[in-house]
Amino acid sequence: MAESPLVLVQRPPTFDFMDELLSRNFPVLTTHHTSSAPLLVFLSRHASSVRAVVSIGRFKIDADFLSHLPSLRLIVCTSVGTDHVDLPECKRRGIAVTNAGEAYSEDVADYAVGLLISFLRRIPAADRYVKSGQWAKCGEFKLGIKLSGKRVGILGLGSIGSLIAKRLEPFGCIISYNSTCQKQSIPYLYYPDVVSLAANNDVIILCCALNDQTRHIVNREVMESLGRNGIIINVGRGGLIDEKEMVKCLVDGVIGGAGLDAFEKEPGVPVELFGLDNVVLSPHSAVATPGSLDNVVQLALANLKAFFSNQPLISPVRLN
Amino acid sequence: MESIGVLMMCPMSSYLENELQKRFNLVRFWNFPEKSVFLETHRNSIRAVVGNASTGADAELINDLTKLEIVSSFSVGLDKIDLGKCKEKGIRVTNTPDVLTEDVADLAIGLILALLRRLCECDRYVRSCKWKYGDFQLTAKFSGKSVGILGLGRIGTAIAKRAEAFSCPVSYHSRRVKPDLGYNYYPTVVELAENSDILVVACPLTDQTRHIVNRQVMDALGAKGVLVNIGRGPHVDEQELVKALTEGRLGGAALDVFEQEPHVPEELFGLENVVLLPHVGSGTVETENAMADLVVSNLEAHFAGKSLLTPVVWSE
Repeated sequence: MAESPLVLVQRPPTFDFMDELLSRNFPVLTTHHTSSAPLLVFLSRHASSVRAVVSIGRFKIDADFLSHLPSLRLIVCTSVGTDHVDLPECKRRGIAVTNAGEAYSEDVADYAVGLLISFLRRIPAADRYVKSGQWAKCGEFKLGIKLSGKRVGILGLGSIGSLIAKRLEPFGCIISYNSTCQKQSIPYLYYPDVVSLAANNDVIILCCALNDQTRHIVNREVMESLGRNGIIINVGRGGLIDEKEMVKCLVDGVIGGAGLDAFEKEPGVPVELFGLDNVVLSPHSAVATPGSLDNVVQLALANLKAFFSNQPLISPVRLN
Repeated sequence: MESIGVLMMCPMSSYLENELQKRFNLVRFWNFPEKSVFLETHRNSIRAVVGNASTGADAELINDLTKLEIVSSFSVGLDKIDLGKCKEKGIRVTNTPDVLTEDVADLAIGLILALLRRLCECDRYVRSCKWKYGDFQLTAKFSGKSVGILGLGRIGTAIAKRAEAFSCPVSYHSRRVKPDLGYNYYPTVVELAENSDILVVACPLTDQTRHIVNRQVMDALGAKGVLVNIGRGPHVDEQELVKALTEGRLGGAALDVFEQEPHVPEELFGLENVVLLPHVGSGTVETENAMADLVVSNLEAHFAGKSLLTPVVWSE
């Protein structure tokens, strides 16, 4: 290698969309390693000069990983969520972290609404019904559920949550929320906890960050509170929901149904869900548009350029 | 009122059937092997016909039923009713506007999102157990795309309001300009299609609008454009549509209606850029019940000599 690498890119082989832009701007080292031993050996050998890591694909960044990068001062995540990064450890070591900011917000908000309407109006199942020839043979399809007038509770009224609320208003939905910040300026009804949010809504949409306080925040109690006609839409992280309990609640009719873009152990999905007609499933695709990708690439580059020229970072994550 | 003969043209809602059965002498057209058999017994006793989007009252039926006073449609669309013949014979017609506006508009947006973001494919993909770490497919963004609405009536306006919340610039073509609504008007369908990423059909089906979405319109919409039809199948030249999609001249289509329901061109079944629904625009429990209540209320009002709730008003 001509120059010592300054930027380490950690990504799956298929996520190569930033390669060209990054290597034009910085001396880059790329690794696809995901399992500890080979990765740590690789880092020891090649990464002593690395000052910034670009993390594409939510691979776990823990103390072990960090301890093998003695020059590291910045982690650039291309995800909004930073639950895969040991933030306290970064803080201890003086390593800054940036995320995707608002790069994905519109697309994720669109997707959440898409999942909700797809669930209520049974769009994927109806599409299968026609494409398998059943409409001509078996007649009318099952009725769906009206969206207008539904009470929708948003868990996490950040950038994504606000855009979801804005989109659902003209559909005649009644919006309420629970969030870490309750503001006077927000025109929606606030609920102080998730159980009361669930109790007073027909739908809850999860778009808050995953951290120690929010892991399994949607548990059995919340689902019982939501009730047998209640619907969960998850465009956050799988870990926000106690997945084992959710599967039971879906199978047993404790809740009405779900639209899920995230799971606890992706790409693993509980097999019980495949046979259910009261779920819409998606392979963590809410951000997958050229626009979002472009946004996050530009943002990542801007963060790196700011870092290397001692300017303020564009989308820093709070580390406490 | 139990002796009043009401003819229901086809199964459309068991709730409606029950409500009609309770109040009138309900005759079910589909129980007769042939029309002639039905007419033998009922020609002179039917005073009302209840039709829907697939079967209404054509000129022949209207002429056959000597005592017909009112046609009450379980739909907002009137294309299956010979309105000219009804007007000529003084037969009143009612439909079900407003109660289904939201559901149809919601479905139009749902179709756009399902098509652009490939939601049906995503669901299918996960259920197939093929999801591997690192797999992803880029899909088309919806927010900010230009939406062209063909027909800015109740449903078209409701669609426009929803699209605006996604920051979509909205344009339209309609019989009349509607300056108060603030959307961009195009004087022809082709121009609307040329200037839209998404073309939504939401106008009534009449002689003027049959095949209004033809080859020229589809070419104007183009390989990056998509068509959404929540109107009536015959709005679109279906044969041309199949060609445009299979040849890649049109970017995609999301269709809730077809020319010969329930038959759908099989060439469309394998296409990932096509979402096909079995005419479920107003297909929710709440809306179908509200439509049924409206049909029943209109009939009750008519036979009690009171004002109709949702009469079709004859234009000049």
